[in-house]
Amino acid sequence: MSNTDFTLAIEDLTVSFDGFKAVDSLNLYLDKDELRVVIGPNGAGKTTVLDLICGKTKSTSGSIKFKNKELTKLAEHEIVHAGVGRKFQTPSIYENLSVYDNLEVSFPRGRSVFGSLAFKCDEEVDSRIREVAKDIFLEEFLEMESALLSHGQKQWLEIGMLLIQEPELLMLDEPVAGMSVKERELTAELLNRICMGRSVLVIEHDMEFVEKIAHKVTVLHQGKILAEGDMQTVQNDPNVIEVYLGH
Amino acid sequence: MNFVFDRLLGGKNGAIGLAVLAALILIVLPLALDLFRLNLVGKYLTYAFAAVSLVLLWGYGGILSLGQGVFFGLGGYCMAMFLKLEASDPEATKIQSTPGIPDFMDWNQLTQLPWFWEPFESFGFTLLAVILVPSIFAFIIGYSMFKRRVGGVYFAIITQIIALILTVLIVGQQGYTGGINGITDLKTLNGWDIRDDSSKYILYFINAFLLFGVILLCRFILTSKFGRLLLAMRDKEDRVRFSGYDVSNFKIFIFCISAMISAIGGAMFTLQVGFMSPSFVGIVPSIEMVIFAAVGGRMSLIGVVYGTLVVNFGKTMFSETFPELWLYLMGALFIAVVMYFPNGLAGLWEKYGDKIVVPIKNMKIISSIKLMIESKRLAKAKASNE
Repeated sequence: MSNTDFTLAIEDLTVSFDGFKAVDSLNLYLDKDELRVVIGPNGAGKTTVLDLICGKTKSTSGSIKFKNKELTKLAEHEIVHAGVGRKFQTPSIYENLSVYDNLEVSFPRGRSVFGSLAFKCDEEVDSRIREVAKDIFLEEFLEMESALLSHGQKQWLEIGMLLIQEPELLMLDEPVAGMSVKERELTAELLNRICMGRSVLVIEHDMEFVEKIAHKVTVLHQGKILAEGDMQTVQNDPNVIEVYLGH
Repeated sequence: MNFVFDRLLGGKNGAIGLAVLAALILIVLPLALDLFRLNLVGKYLTYAFAAVSLVLLWGYGGILSLGQGVFFGLGGYCMAMFLKLEASDPEATKIQSTPGIPDFMDWNQLTQLPWFWEPFESFGFTLLAVILVPSIFAFIIGYSMFKRRVGGVYFAIITQIIALILTVLIVGQQGYTGGINGITDLKTLNGWDIRDDSSKYILYFINAFLLFGVILLCRFILTSKFGRLLLAMRDKEDRVRFSGYDVSNFKIFIFCISAMISAIGGAMFTLQVGFMSPSFVGIVPSIEMVIFAAVGGRMSLIGVVYGTLVVNFGKTMFSETFPELWLYLMGALFIAVVMYFPNGLAGLWEKYGDKIVVPIKNMKIISSIKLMIESKRLAKAKASNE
């Protein structure tokens, strides 16, 4: 594959599970500063695409290039080191640690065995943790055990755990699931703020929310791209209306 | 100073807990018990090493090993091999057909010391081997399992099978290992008789200090970022992996450390009890170690030491009177702990400890002492003001 100017360039990506092609020769390009939302009916392969990018699932063929670096051959933690962060669909936080500790554990230093033994939470780490906590609206909850947070706050915390690593590609799987209206608004504002200087890839079902954040929308259907463009174009696409929005 | 107090001693509560345990082990028990009983306590405390290692591995790491006996045994056997060679000098074994080799080898028609026994002539090598042999073995097991993401129940079963295999191997290779009887008749350590009374006291205290050293080492590990990562991995392994950590390396490391800690216990066992046999390697002792940790509280480094002592005293008492009942009782105890107090003795203490401590604090004598100290302090302050 040739090198490109895109932050993320996915070309001819295919993964098949026992003959079933969950993702079928997919091409997707993402620019810097871009916030892309991927939508599609259940089973369209949205989450699988994220799994493929972050290395949770190995592709059958095709390439994923992140800043012209091939990701398909790397181990999960190497992909993270390259600058890719991923939030899971159900909030994945360490419930038995405090909010502060959750963020501290995610701070990108002391990632080796001995590095973690020698790790010191110094001024720099502390101020970064507080900065991120402010970003994700949790500055007053730093000492709280994270199991006690509301569902929406847990979603924010996981986003914060990614932000503290300063990823250049941020992937969010249904970030507003289970959030109140007020929380959705705050999250939209948060996402619009954090897509500066990086690329963000979001999977979302809530169309109202998608409209608020998306620069461009990609519609997936049966592992293939059905339509791509701004919200307006996609919403008026007859194919999309038929398989997805029409229901 | 802060580092020592906050991290190693675990703040005020941790330091008090450690001090109480130290007073019990280093002062109360040696004064209260006769040498025979004290030697028994020493033996129990060697199991406590394995229990402490399970706090790291099982309590914090969430990795249940049913094979800690393997490492306890390997450490013990390394030490026993050295002591056996020292006890088998040509003078002492001149009635054998091949003098100068351990007696059981002679009985099995071996005429030469096997190659892997030879380095154990050296005490320095032996000490290294006690630490390194189990760690390397743990590394091989850990590497081949954790890199393939084998975990949970499968890991527990495989470690249990390894314990079984090692027992069978030791029993089967009588000529090299002493078979089912183990390595017995150990007498001296570099010429120092380990069987007489004074050396039993000395070994007891060496063992106790090593145990405290190990507890401090574990505190250091658990209070570092590594400790929080262990908890994080237990809870959400994928989140840790996708936060840029190579999870398997962390598991391999903690498995090796826990193997090393158990092995130190094994070596001290051999020194204090004077022999080592496959009955401390296999499935039963390995599971017993898990029970010690469960009863004491698998999240508490101090609690598991009490757990080990309590269960073993119980075992000794009951098996003296009702030998057949003990195994059933032990099983029932394990079930009861898991079902009704999953955090063990340490959990009970956390829940009900205040009910014991507060009345003591409020006792007349204590409060009057406090009052006395306070008034003296005030008087002093007054004096310095004037």
